[in-house]
Amino acid sequence: MADTSKLRYTETHEWVHLTGKIARVGITDHAQKEISDIVFIELPKIGRAVKGKDSAMVIESVKAAFDIYAPVAGKIVKINEELSKKPEIVNQSPYENGWLFEIECDDPLEVESLLTEAQYQNAKNTSHH
Amino acid sequence: MTTLDLAEKLKKTPLYDEHVRLGGKMVGFGGWSLPVYYTSILSEHQWTRQSCAIFDVSHLGEIRVQGKGAFEFLQHRLTNDLGKVKPGRILYNLLCNKDGGILDDILVYCESAEDFYLIVNAANIEGDFEALSAAAMPGITLTDQSSRTACIAAQGPKAEAILEALFSFAVKNMPYYSFRQENFLGEPVWISRSGYTGEDGFEIFSSNDLSLKIWHKLLSDGLSLGVLPAGLGARNTLRLEAGNLLCGSDMDSTTTPLEAGLGFAVSFEKAGGFFGSEPLLEQKKNGVTRKIAAFKMLDKRIARDHYKIFGAGQEIGAVTSGSYAPTVAGNIGLGYVAKGFELPGTLIEIEIHGQRVGAQVVKRPFVPSKHKKF
Repeated sequence: MADTSKLRYTETHEWVHLTGKIARVGITDHAQKEISDIVFIELPKIGRAVKGKDSAMVIESVKAAFDIYAPVAGKIVKINEELSKKPEIVNQSPYENGWLFEIECDDPLEVESLLTEAQYQNAKNTSHH
Repeated sequence: MTTLDLAEKLKKTPLYDEHVRLGGKMVGFGGWSLPVYYTSILSEHQWTRQSCAIFDVSHLGEIRVQGKGAFEFLQHRLTNDLGKVKPGRILYNLLCNKDGGILDDILVYCESAEDFYLIVNAANIEGDFEALSAAAMPGITLTDQSSRTACIAAQGPKAEAILEALFSFAVKNMPYYSFRQENFLGEPVWISRSGYTGEDGFEIFSSNDLSLKIWHKLLSDGLSLGVLPAGLGARNTLRLEAGNLLCGSDMDSTTTPLEAGLGFAVSFEKAGGFFGSEPLLEQKKNGVTRKIAAFKMLDKRIARDHYKIFGAGQEIGAVTSGSYAPTVAGNIGLGYVAKGFELPGTLIEIEIHGQRVGAQVVKRPFVPSKHKKF
């Protein structure tokens, strides 16, 4: 199990792990549970420039289609190709094997402005009742 | 992701606490709070096809129509010919407006020529009751029994054996679309061989209190025989594979039975005609301009409600239901297309997130029905 306390989060349920300028992005365990049975993932194109809160890609579950947003500005430099064949990995391992894409950040400090784990848990709990 | 949170405004079935206790993921459907799944849509779907799943369908409405002339009244107000059924049998029927638009699809349970139960969609209970009341002649009594009637659907190849074993209900020789009264713990229950999933199965109507006891028995003693609960998510993928239309999505007051491929439930021949028959007869004569079509996606994308459909480069309609289909192991859907594009084999395109994706019109059902035929 990954140490989720070191990650940063968005209100739209993405997590971010920063290494140097590279931000690896995935969805939280809460998100994969909400989305449930994932059957198709449309990964972003490598080289695409994104801004924070841009829709970067789509996850389709039996239930519905869900937009996944870029947490920070930058360029998509890597995608998790494995997910094209086995999208269910995101359900099984949202923080590790089920990562989605990597962004080369325009400004790595932007990641610092995202939610901490405690803030994310708090935001998540108040959006429910 | 967005979270739709309307829980407080939604009605609860008698089994609500059971769903929550079982970890059901509750959502709003037709004004009711019901589980979309307990574990996963995929596993509950597969379980229904292989074994026996139970669904809380207490949100369905039950309207009783009694009195001298009940047969004639329903013959006139509904589209199908009740002359096709005798007591103890069920008829698929439609309630239309004066323009021939579909207000609801209804199962009519015939007790006698003077006593019928109408099983109606949850979101339409009040509307149906009003439409029926407005047309009822003196001597006809309409009773909305929805709030005191619960219903549990037991669906799947093992349903028959399980109901026989657990309750000693004599269901083995029941034909498809028949019903009978049985007793459980000294109280009456009505069982019909019916359902929405394309599997063999039954729907068990009872009082609210008794439904809890039936549910508990099915999940305790039934567990080792192959019973598991399933939610609305699986109910939807199962019904879509079975080619069954969902009222409110695949048909509504803007669509006619002929457009919706429900001509089999419209009888122009029955004596006295029926309410809304003239515009429908006109449409039959002139031909429809659009028709429902079942389609299979040619790649991994999933068509969802309201996505636009293109044919020969033109916009020709919209998707009304679409999903990944576990038994088909592909992506399927229903939608309305301009006349001429509904024929199986026709290639169409669906606009998904700004891109046009190929699909092919196919025959319904997507998965052959396992209904008992006698």
